[in-house]
Amino acid sequence: MDTTKLSTSDSVSKKKGKKAKKQVQSDEKPVVEMDAVSVVKEEKSTSGATFPPSFSMSEIKNKQRRHMMFIKLKQEKRKQKLELKKKIKREREALGDKAPPKEVPKTIENQRVYDETTVNPEDEEVAFDEGTDEFSAYFNRLTNPKVLITTSDRPRTRTVKFIEQLATVIPDAHVYYRRGLALKRVIPQCVSHGFTYLLVVNEDRKMPNGLVLCHLPDGPTAHFKVSGVRLRKEMKRIGKAPTEHTPEVILNNFTTRLGHTVGRLLAALFPHDPQFVGRQVATFHNQRDFVFFRFHRYIFKNEKRVGIQELGPRFTLKLRSLQKGTFDSKFGEYEWVHKRHEMDSCRRKFHL
Amino acid sequence: MAAKSQICTIWLGSETGILKGVSLSKKQAFNFCEMSSLSRDQEVCVMAWGDENESEVLVGSLNGTVTTFSTDKGIFTGSRECGDPSQGRFTGLAVTDSSLITCVESGLLKVWKEGSTDTVEVNVGSGICRMRQNPSQRHRVATGGKENPLKLWDLERPDKAIFTAKNVAHDWLDMRVPVWVRDIGFIPDSDKIVTCTGHHQVRVYDPSTSQKRPVLEAQLGEYPLTALSLTSNQNTVVVGNTHGELATLDLRKGLMCGCLKGLSGAVRGLQCHPSLPLVASCGLDRFLRVHSLEDRSLQHKVYLKSRLNCVLLSSRELESSIVDDTGDVEEVKAEEDEVWDTMETVTEKSKKRPAEQEKASVTEVDGKKKNKLAKK
Repeated sequence: MDTTKLSTSDSVSKKKGKKAKKQVQSDEKPVVEMDAVSVVKEEKSTSGATFPPSFSMSEIKNKQRRHMMFIKLKQEKRKQKLELKKKIKREREALGDKAPPKEVPKTIENQRVYDETTVNPEDEEVAFDEGTDEFSAYFNRLTNPKVLITTSDRPRTRTVKFIEQLATVIPDAHVYYRRGLALKRVIPQCVSHGFTYLLVVNEDRKMPNGLVLCHLPDGPTAHFKVSGVRLRKEMKRIGKAPTEHTPEVILNNFTTRLGHTVGRLLAALFPHDPQFVGRQVATFHNQRDFVFFRFHRYIFKNEKRVGIQELGPRFTLKLRSLQKGTFDSKFGEYEWVHKRHEMDSCRRKFHL
Repeated sequence: MAAKSQICTIWLGSETGILKGVSLSKKQAFNFCEMSSLSRDQEVCVMAWGDENESEVLVGSLNGTVTTFSTDKGIFTGSRECGDPSQGRFTGLAVTDSSLITCVESGLLKVWKEGSTDTVEVNVGSGICRMRQNPSQRHRVATGGKENPLKLWDLERPDKAIFTAKNVAHDWLDMRVPVWVRDIGFIPDSDKIVTCTGHHQVRVYDPSTSQKRPVLEAQLGEYPLTALSLTSNQNTVVVGNTHGELATLDLRKGLMCGCLKGLSGAVRGLQCHPSLPLVASCGLDRFLRVHSLEDRSLQHKVYLKSRLNCVLLSSRELESSIVDDTGDVEEVKAEEDEVWDTMETVTEKSKKRPAEQEKASVTEVDGKKKNKLAKK
């Protein structure tokens, strides 16, 4: 009895729905309509209320009722999805070894547009270029890094804490109060005192939001956007304060020519020979042009398992510009500038 | 080797001291140097054509030598010591019928006569950023630099500059306006000279009149302008700045016509094609880019692995390459490609020179679009 009724009503509603569509030109896709119809079906079986054939859920005036029906629709959809999943799984099991290989999910990283500047390690010209650039003194072990860390004028608490924690991560870092000095005047003094890096953290509305990393004595200068800063106090399950040992450095995914330069810039912040006794490691992980910084302590539990413990702080960098020479934002020549509207038109194009 | 250098239509000098040739029609790039003896003091500062029919490229490098590269033979045929590196890097290089003109940063302009050791020396003032030769009157050069206004020199009477620009009037705060000429261009068929400055101004001077101040001044953007090139239709000029922004400027009213997009680093070298509406630009982002001046679209983009300092376009061969690109009959194009392919294999077999060449992929950006336009 019930079933017959339902089937008829269903067919009628379908027809009428189609007609209505032709006349009223509703924006709904047919699939959606079918779902709505099925819900109507259920509703009928439970409460027996009658709806006009061209029914859409948003027409229900009663908010509670509309909400309830929407939840039901959602549940129904989820059930269908689960069933489909189970079915596929069963099929795969039934096929056993003959089952087709699982598809790799599409991400914007594995769909990345090929960058012609990707560095080939055997390339002589790039090797020569890198071997004689500004960092070659560090990589030929002629200099040891010495870093001056400062902030913008009148830093607030959060920025001060951030640079203090950065100073514990980077060995041989010296924190100075800015005292309203111009960077162009600070740089010659830094050079004469033997610093190899000037690191300036800028802030906006009490939050650190910019980082200028200037390699001394003759550049280059990188300007990063800083986001997602988490200080040690704000992190859960952090380890004890880091020791004074020089950490190991991991640089991930810096593949293009620009990425190489940025990687070298970041690597040259840390001294050469890491002290493995400290079991500390600083990671710069590049993913979709965002450079994630993490600082960990590790322990070998047995031959296979390694435990890591985060020591903090965490932050994310995004390159804004890379300038040749020391900091000179007015007259300096830029090697690379991020131009939002020109460069971000393709989501699958990455520069680092 | 010779075949490779003959097909190249664009020549570039890099910061690593490598001379690069690019063939747009074959979409290939070659390095002309010995990879084993590379050094930073061979950095190419200036480049110029050695003769009228563009068979020689003169390359001025950081260590004060000017080497001659023959595009027919594909080898370096000679070199010449032109000043020592302590005087600063080259800022200009030009040839007249029998002599070579060099200019260095410290302001020492020298004329090297062919076959004799005596030179004419002119001190043009310190802080020179650019020396350019007037293409129609080849014995006339213009110089300018930081705190060194535009000066026009006649090398037949080198005692005194024939024109010295006067600084513009003080600004609204009654402060002196700083002088910093970064690049100079001669407007053909007139005496006018156009300069761009490190304070983002483009100025037009007219030495034929009595006015020593610029007859036209235009402001452009907010970053130092580094390079300038006049287009084939005399009214517009292309300028580039340190942020990788290229703009075309109308010289009649000093208004910007449009921007050429796609660059990501500072512009170091800029040259317009003498007859076609094309402009080639290179710079710190290690790319050579060729834009069309008609629709301002990017035509070619070549990654050349080193920072590039200067670019030199050949007038005749680039044209043929463009004809190749826009050939309306596809079959003809294919046949030509075949011919080229066979040629290439032969040359690779007969490679005897120690110099190394490398091919880089040349990506053609808007070839299809061009085809469409041609069909229309």
